[in-house]
Amino acid sequence: MKTDGKSGIVGYGCYVPMYRIKVEEIASVWGEDPERIKKGLLVEEKAVAGDDEDTATIAVEAAKNALKRACINPDDIGAIYVGSESHPYVVKPTATIVGEALGVGNSYTAADLEFACKAGTAGIQMCLGLVSSGMIDYGLAIGADTAQGAPGDALEYTAASGGAAFVIGRKNVLAKIIATASYSSDTPDFWRRPMQHYPRHAARFTGEPAYFRHIGGAVKLLLEETNLSISDFDKVVFHMPNGKFPLRMAKMLGIEKEKLADGFVVSKVGNTYSGSSLLGLCATLDKAKPKELILLASFGSGAGSDAFAIEVTDLIEEKRDLAPTFERYLNRKIYISYAKYAKMRGKLKD
Amino acid sequence: MSHRSSVPLAWRRFEARYRLVGNRCLTCGTIYFPPKAICPKCRRKGKLEKYQLKGEGKIHTYTIIHAAPSGFEKRVPYCIAIIELDEGPKVLGEVVGDLTLLDIGARVRAVFRKIYEDGEDGIIHYGLKWELV
Amino acid sequence: MKRRVCVIGVGLTKFGEHWGKGFRELAIEAGIKAIEDAGISGKDIDAMYIGNMSGGRFIGQEHIASLIAGELGLNIPATRVEAACASGGLAVRQAYLAVLSGKHDVVLVGGVEKMTDVKTGEAALTLAGAADQEWEGYHGVTFPGLYALMARRHMHEYGTTREQLALVAVKNHENATKNPIAQYPYPITVESVISSPPIAEPLNLLDCSPITDGAAAIVVCAEDVAKKFTDKLVHIAGSGHATDTLALHDRESLTEIKATKLAAKMAYEEAGIKPADVDVAEVHDCFTIAEILAIEDLGFVDKGKGGKFVEDGETRLDGSIPVNTSGGLKACGHPVGATGVKQIAEIVLQLRGEAGERQVKDARIGLAHNVGGSGATAVVHILEREW
Repeated sequence: MKTDGKSGIVGYGCYVPMYRIKVEEIASVWGEDPERIKKGLLVEEKAVAGDDEDTATIAVEAAKNALKRACINPDDIGAIYVGSESHPYVVKPTATIVGEALGVGNSYTAADLEFACKAGTAGIQMCLGLVSSGMIDYGLAIGADTAQGAPGDALEYTAASGGAAFVIGRKNVLAKIIATASYSSDTPDFWRRPMQHYPRHAARFTGEPAYFRHIGGAVKLLLEETNLSISDFDKVVFHMPNGKFPLRMAKMLGIEKEKLADGFVVSKVGNTYSGSSLLGLCATLDKAKPKELILLASFGSGAGSDAFAIEVTDLIEEKRDLAPTFERYLNRKIYISYAKYAKMRGKLKD
Repeated sequence: MSHRSSVPLAWRRFEARYRLVGNRCLTCGTIYFPPKAICPKCRRKGKLEKYQLKGEGKIHTYTIIHAAPSGFEKRVPYCIAIIELDEGPKVLGEVVGDLTLLDIGARVRAVFRKIYEDGEDGIIHYGLKWELV
Repeated sequence: MKRRVCVIGVGLTKFGEHWGKGFRELAIEAGIKAIEDAGISGKDIDAMYIGNMSGGRFIGQEHIASLIAGELGLNIPATRVEAACASGGLAVRQAYLAVLSGKHDVVLVGGVEKMTDVKTGEAALTLAGAADQEWEGYHGVTFPGLYALMARRHMHEYGTTREQLALVAVKNHENATKNPIAQYPYPITVESVISSPPIAEPLNLLDCSPITDGAAAIVVCAEDVAKKFTDKLVHIAGSGHATDTLALHDRESLTEIKATKLAAKMAYEEAGIKPADVDVAEVHDCFTIAEILAIEDLGFVDKGKGGKFVEDGETRLDGSIPVNTSGGLKACGHPVGATGVKQIAEIVLQLRGEAGERQVKDARIGLAHNVGGSGATAVVHILEREW
């Protein structure tokens, strides 16, 4: 997909709730061997939202940070898209809660997006379209989730809470989005039907035909469009449902795993679904240098991948410290027991 | 209870509850949060305008609630405090975060949180809480 | 010259859980007792004021002044007075003002609350209506929570101790053992207060007044008319009433109830007395900290020294200023709308020398102090025996 070649990220911000539960704690409930699970998933602990947090509150906190780095007035924002698979309402947008909490005013378009774990990057593409066409000056795209795995399901070790927000604009970009490409198909690898509390998934089918095929496809399209080669990228972020998948994806594409290191957030926060690859992008930007080229590819079950070629500008240096970094949220943590986790995430029913 | 289910009652306060928009009297300079309908010092001689507070302050006093009112039962124990905002006004709210830091004088900053839900099918009431820093 | 106003009769129901009696039975029982005590008959009554906080939410009944007048077969002016937990005290003040003005000669004041027809959680939510719902109740704070905020600050500023708070409850329970209408007529210890379940730290269950059914009534009468009915006149020497912001966070200080200070000043000035002249006082101890704030704000002891004053036994029956001889809200019980009227009744009994085992010797001047919410209303009355 062609962009205007100028638009990009004006501000970015993340939010990770402070509670953490360790793989050991969850494994002890189900009699599983934590070392085997940690080795299998490359996840040590995951972030858990407090009982007073949800996708809207996470989105607001991340967006506040993005606005701090964007250095714009909230009412300059012309569009808000919140991507999540855990919107607090089924009908009633999260996006307007964010708009009100930020003081965006009333002159903005908004919608909630759902595309499993890639709804946040879909929002970035939508903002990019509106911005590069000149329809709006700034758009706000957010990916946030309070993901839930059914008790005892393998997902329980990884399904986590967190989010990231991006102000997209034409002026004062700290990272230019050179190009974006998407690869989509009807592939039911993971889903949740109405009124169901927990998602279901097709186990190993989520790998080859879903995650790897779609990210691989999107990256290929991106390279074709930009005439870049994979080795041109300095940093790489893929969606992180666990630690294994992105590393294997990198290997398949011939990417050195060191390039994933800065954005490899999964081992300490888990899979934050719509927030996952975007949290990885935030962590990468936190350490990025001007002129560096970042490859971002999300994945959403069902299925699709949005790939982005992002070039960091000189402005990164002065904007980076205007809001808390991912690392700051990473280090702000309180460990909880499974019992507390069950209470906080509403798993205790009357 | 009916007033807790009221949408308009909550909606007309979103600006203050979500964003800490108080007001300031142009006559005497006093800053108010929650916003006042009239300046209690100047009354008809006063003129109130909106005032954005920064959302930082310190704990003036606090309590840990163990016996909660309806709608808050599942949250016990939780900390309620009166926060002295840096701009002057005091405001009541919940303190969250690392409660081992809890003390009179401890610094806090505003964070956006869920306050309570009107049951499983009513609206979700959001607002600001105070995170220990 | 100003008209002089007296209390000529008092009536009280037992305070507690009245499963078999409803709102109207309680109100009528107290009213009849007061009328009989005064030696008047129904036709002598010119008007009625009823203190009631929340008939609407406790029993789903509004319009309760007419309800009671109607049940009594009286077609007189009847007015409900509401100021949360100060409803009773404020009803007394309305009656006082009505007689003082010369409009009425004999006024019946009732205070009544039927709280146990709803579950505890609902009762707590109803009581929370006395706080600022939009900025306090919204955040899930309870009444114990609001007083706990004051307690914590008082402890911080003045070094008031957990034990001193507990001693208020211990003393009031001790007094309640001598009061036949008390809800909790049994002694407790400092240890039992401190080890009772936490409600809102630093306050525990035994720091809190209970949920109570009950009614109280008094007959207020012009002095010149009163002499027709009785010789046992107790004069209302002073009456004060002040208000403050509903929300605790809007107050200048959290370690005092400004409304109490202002209402007390008004009452002391009208009566021409000083705090030291008071022989016995009923103060608003909805929570233990509230009694410490009250004795300071009423001027019985300097600000910040209330805890020590209690610890030294000065407020016990044998102390320099016995406080809450009835057992207070804590141990006698707290049917919110009735409390302010009950306080006056207790002071009248003390001044008439009819307080039995809990009688304060030679009590001549008594004070009643009633608070609404976390201090947004305060009503203070000074009563005096001239014989």
